[in-house]
Amino acid sequence: MKVVVDLNQCDLHGLCVEAAPEVFEIGDDGALHVLNETPEQGLRAKVDKAVRECPTGAISIEE
Amino acid sequence: MLRRIAIVGASLAGLRAAETLRARGFDGELTIIGDEPHRPYDRPPLSKQVLQGTLAPEQALFHTKDGYDALALDMRLGVRATSVDLRVRRVTLADGTWADYDRLIIATGARARTLPGIAPRAGLFVLRGLDDAIALRRELMNAPRVAIVGAGFIGLEVAASCRARGLHVTVIEALPVPLSPILAPTLCGMVAAMHRDHGVDLRTGVTVTDVIGESRVAGVALSDGSRIAADVVVVGIGVTPNTEWLEPTGLTLDNGIVCDGTGQAAPGVYAAGDVARVANRWHGDSPRIEHWTNAVEQGVHAAENALAGPGASTSFSSVPYFWSDQYDRKIQFIGLARRHDEMVIVDGSLADRRLTALFRRGDRVVACLAVNQPRALIKYRKLVAACASWEAALSGTAAS
Repeated sequence: MKVVVDLNQCDLHGLCVEAAPEVFEIGDDGALHVLNETPEQGLRAKVDKAVRECPTGAISIEE
Repeated sequence: MLRRIAIVGASLAGLRAAETLRARGFDGELTIIGDEPHRPYDRPPLSKQVLQGTLAPEQALFHTKDGYDALALDMRLGVRATSVDLRVRRVTLADGTWADYDRLIIATGARARTLPGIAPRAGLFVLRGLDDAIALRRELMNAPRVAIVGAGFIGLEVAASCRARGLHVTVIEALPVPLSPILAPTLCGMVAAMHRDHGVDLRTGVTVTDVIGESRVAGVALSDGSRIAADVVVVGIGVTPNTEWLEPTGLTLDNGIVCDGTGQAAPGVYAAGDVARVANRWHGDSPRIEHWTNAVEQGVHAAENALAGPGASTSFSSVPYFWSDQYDRKIQFIGLARRHDEMVIVDGSLADRRLTALFRRGDRVVACLAVNQPRALIKYRKLVAACASWEAALSGTAAS
């Protein structure tokens, strides 16, 4: 899977960081960073949680 | 073997439940019933981007038509569920049709309260649904003066959106400061000052005694004897859960549908979102929570347990989270500040309106509020979720 974040939509709620800290981080620059754009399948449940809990719908998964 | 699942409420909670059922491999009949004509849409933008005119109403839908089609739902829109027979497991709709189910998920949400004893008329609004937002936005194009009743989050967001449109805004709040049931007094004062600095005429400690104008609003009369002229009046004084249709069922209804920790209200019957009171381990109670994230979490949880069955169900535990966007400020809140003993600002300041505040109850940190400090919220979210000691929270270290 490939994780795609639309930074124009991202509103820095940080729920993705909570759901999948291995994949998402809010950096010192105050912006969201995708630490791992192609996480292994073992992180799928966490990334799915990040997708459905994002209040702005900024995260999507490309298979 | 589950063959049929019905979801009442084409809402955020209902949609997340449907998505979860499909994602977990449920390929039986999945019916979703909604009394509005729209496919499920997102409510937070209604009071902000939609009112400000930066988002077209149809863009508030969660998915495109293709996205909804992919879920293979029997979507019954624009028709209200009127009753449910728990014995034969059938939901009946207002048009005389029905949906039989093996599992039922109720996500009928809540509706906006209106001013008691005040008849509806042109220019008098609540803001709850997409149609409310569309109609209100249209009216605001020719309404230079807006009066908003209630300084809760909806009222304050509408106020900020109306100011962004350059309208004259008066907000009327019965309590001495805005948001006082939720936050500490100093923080409420900061929010009040922010709105006044943005040109809002904020009247607190007064109530609306009447809406002036016969066929169309002309203003409001207040308990202090004053009158506010207004072309539009928006009422934001809270919501009532939509449970009346369930009264004959024998489900426990008490300010919402009372559920156990698995989200079950009766065998095979689950509830989620604004209408539900699910026992919550973090909370230690069965609160009714009106937040976006709660609707997601309970929708997912109800769906998972509906598939798992009672033997394999999980119990719900979640720290309430909400946010509010007003002007250039994002207010984020995690936890529960009611009945807190102490509030401490650990970063930033009231003067900057950029801060992080922690709330103590006993020797534990129970809540965190962040204004334009999203990273701080992430940090303290973990501590609040873990019910960390106050000492640990103040030092910003992980709970031990």
